[in-house]
Amino acid sequence: MLAIVSGDIWADGDEMATFGSAQVPAEASVPSRASTVVTKPAPRHSALIRVTHWITVLCFFALLVTGIEILISHPRFYWGETGTVLTTPLFQLPIPSSRKLVPTGYNYVLPDQNGWSRALHFEAAWIAVLTGLLYVIFGLVTSHFRRDLVPTKADVSWRALLTSFVKALRFQRPSAAEASSYNGLQRLTYLFVIFVLFPLVIWSGLAMSLGFASAFPWSVTLLGGRQSARTIHFFVSVALVLFLFVHVFMVCLAGFWSRTRAMITGRIGTRKEHI
Amino acid sequence: MINLSRRKLIASGLGAAAGASGLAVAARLAQKYGLVPPDHGGIYGLGETLTYASQRLLTRHSLAREFPRSKISPRPFPNELAPLTEEFKRLQARSFADWRLSIDGMVHQPASFSMTDLKSYPSRSHITEIACEEGWSYIAEWIGVPLSHVLKLVGVLPQARYIVYFSMEPNTWDSIDMADALHPQTFLCYGMNGGELPVPHGGPIRMRLPRQIGYKNIKFITRLTVTDSLKAFGKGLGSVAAEYGYAWYTGI
Repeated sequence: MLAIVSGDIWADGDEMATFGSAQVPAEASVPSRASTVVTKPAPRHSALIRVTHWITVLCFFALLVTGIEILISHPRFYWGETGTVLTTPLFQLPIPSSRKLVPTGYNYVLPDQNGWSRALHFEAAWIAVLTGLLYVIFGLVTSHFRRDLVPTKADVSWRALLTSFVKALRFQRPSAAEASSYNGLQRLTYLFVIFVLFPLVIWSGLAMSLGFASAFPWSVTLLGGRQSARTIHFFVSVALVLFLFVHVFMVCLAGFWSRTRAMITGRIGTRKEHI
Repeated sequence: MINLSRRKLIASGLGAAAGASGLAVAARLAQKYGLVPPDHGGIYGLGETLTYASQRLLTRHSLAREFPRSKISPRPFPNELAPLTEEFKRLQARSFADWRLSIDGMVHQPASFSMTDLKSYPSRSHITEIACEEGWSYIAEWIGVPLSHVLKLVGVLPQARYIVYFSMEPNTWDSIDMADALHPQTFLCYGMNGGELPVPHGGPIRMRLPRQIGYKNIKFITRLTVTDSLKAFGKGLGSVAAEYGYAWYTGI
């Protein structure tokens, strides 16, 4: 009889770097009191990564919905420090607005949702940032980044990247080996999202806070002004949504249930969909 | 068969207890040091409190960014106004000669000021950006008397914690804590870009807080009340905006 213990928060896959081989952690080979052999394979994703992943998912959707709500109260974007309906925008989204003073070309005004949208946007941002901080500290302490995300030289050869890319474009299912580790393209993408897009969206968001900007004026000036920060915030958010689409698409391609199960329970599925 | 070890159970129990008591202590400390906003209840209370508390710790004395004269927006955008009341129009017809700003509450000497009184005090100006929660913003020169100057004249009692400010517009009032009230850039603002403050921008007098969002910069101020608690004002959330779901603290 085989009982699988879901990994505890701080135990990560170190001792089980070669998942799938016969290697078993020493402690797990000791028979338990109930005289069953308890094997403890390292989870595909450690518990902390699973928990922070799903908190981030919730926050991401809250931020996305409320961000869109806030956006439609002024769907115009500017570059530089200032911008109002009296100045020329960089561009304007062809959508209706929740404010009647914005010239949209639509003859109706959407209901104002900014109050709760702003409140939820900032609350979700707080939770996301604190969760992200926990994740990054954990990733550094447990070598999660070094082991799982930093690619090897071979991973990032043009040939390897191109192969992964072409495979993805052809909607080819990844090989079984890829269920327990990321290829070079995935590694670079995740690193880019975690260490470039997320910091940038947080920074450009904070730069729009008048209080934060008073304490750290360079946070706005470095981005080129308040309205530039807003425009950057928009484009980075668009990039994050594109990442989300590709991410979910790749998960579906690899086997939605097996991959999602791995992110919920930590276990890699062994069903047929996987072969 | 789930193997929930005793060690794990005890560890998570201790962790949860430590977390809960940590939160309780944090809440007590936050309350003591004035880091809890009046609209801290409800599902968004956590976010509102984290924002207010962290910004109070970080920005108590920081100054809003100021700009060179060349950056003043050529066409400042006056946001939508509710129709002006008959009383306002009467005062406007006499160029606001009879406009009064009264101060009451926890002060040594309640007082009432005319626009001429207010303009006789040392006038200050700053070129700062006003930003609407919708997303737009412009830069203007704002001229006025620092709120701290007027508060000094009436003598604020030591237990005061908030200044509530009322507009001539019906059911329009808001409040700020003492950190904002005594901040050097917080003005009772009566001038803009070298001239009088135009009525669409809140003339003859508006509250100007360059470290908070536009809707906190209430127009047509007629009365200030100094208080140690916001419970007795409206629903006790600190502002009319908060009663409509718009945050009381808008440094973000």
